[in-house]
Amino acid sequence: MTAWLLDLPLALGLFGAGAATLAARSLFGAVLGFISTGLIATLVWVRLEAPDVALTEAVIGAAATSVIILYVASRIGAGPVPPAPPAIALRLLAAILSALVAGLLAFAIFSLPAPAPSLAGAVLEMIGPTGLGNPVTAVLMAHRALDTLLESAVLVFAVFVIWSMAPERRWGRAPGPAFVAEPHGPLAFLARVLPPIGIVIGIYIAWVGADAPGGKFQGGAVLAAMWVLPWIAGLTAPPRISDMRLRLAIAAGPLVFLIVGLAGFALAGGFLAYPPGLAKSLILLIETAMTLSVAAALACMIAGPPERRAQP
Amino acid sequence: MTGITPFALGAAGLVGLGLYGMLAQSSVLRKVIAFNLLGVGVFLVFGVVARRGAAAGLPADPVPQAMVITGLVVAFAATALALVLTLRLHQTTGAVTLAEDAPAETPPAKPATDAA
Repeated sequence: MTAWLLDLPLALGLFGAGAATLAARSLFGAVLGFISTGLIATLVWVRLEAPDVALTEAVIGAAATSVIILYVASRIGAGPVPPAPPAIALRLLAAILSALVAGLLAFAIFSLPAPAPSLAGAVLEMIGPTGLGNPVTAVLMAHRALDTLLESAVLVFAVFVIWSMAPERRWGRAPGPAFVAEPHGPLAFLARVLPPIGIVIGIYIAWVGADAPGGKFQGGAVLAAMWVLPWIAGLTAPPRISDMRLRLAIAAGPLVFLIVGLAGFALAGGFLAYPPGLAKSLILLIETAMTLSVAAALACMIAGPPERRAQP
Repeated sequence: MTGITPFALGAAGLVGLGLYGMLAQSSVLRKVIAFNLLGVGVFLVFGVVARRGAAAGLPADPVPQAMVITGLVVAFAATALALVLTLRLHQTTGAVTLAEDAPAETPPAKPATDAA
């Protein structure tokens, strides 16, 4: 019963922050509302006993997403004249439709079968040979490895498409606009102090993912933040997008994943099958390459397409 | 079941809010924010389903959790792509909406900013 004291305000806060996001008059207010929603959602994930997802939601869902939205919002603004909302009838129709969808969804959740079907037992049965201690990582890397492989490819393609938004003559230059350096400003100070700590934390989160909450996406996102910070502070310039090392870093994860997966045909009799005894080592190899790729891809997505003029 | 009731309602409510925001707001950036609200709601539905699937000593079913982690990263990639398209649209036409019949409200303030 005491749990309700925590859960009910959390759920109300979640909905309230979401409503505030839509109701905000300014674009900036809407972004702040979204950040609040993401942080409350992180707490909800903790309450739902899903610390792995809570970490991902905090780092990628709330933090990284808000950073890129804020960045684009600060460059575009609300426009010369705030755009007129659609006609009242259309908005009313949208409200009815949305309420209907939300109601049906809630009804569907509450009418799910009472002893909920669960794959938890099946995951635990098969976790032994992988040598992993974190069931979520076992699902990501062994049981549903194909999903994770495809997702890592999605990141590479997303970077391709974002880079291809660059004007023709900027192709091959460093990603993002040129940031003005303020050598003694607070941001420059932060960009000097934070990365040594953040890099250790990022690698730690990626490493403990095998046995505890954490993993390559969460750790990679922290590393990406530590990489982007000195760019934004103007202390260092990002590598050019024509740099083969950068391209290799972005593609390394899916490549290693694919090679290990294809080797499974010869060694273990199937795509993405791990030979017994080597499973943990191969999974760690893939996770290492994936951490590097997630960090590089997220950093490039945050920076955006090349926009800076000739390097000084 | 009772322990997750507020979260199930909150998640469903967020889905409704996100959907409404995507339909009823004209600013593209606001649509992108609403899209992310919708995403948070959908992922939390997965979380509620995972929590219901607590079994075999685990506090929640790990399979939906893994799907959400994958989904969060893909949603971020989709958001980054949408934002870059929005920025490019603004740079080339000066528009901040997708409306086709609003030339008076969104004049091309500074066409092709990158030419500067």
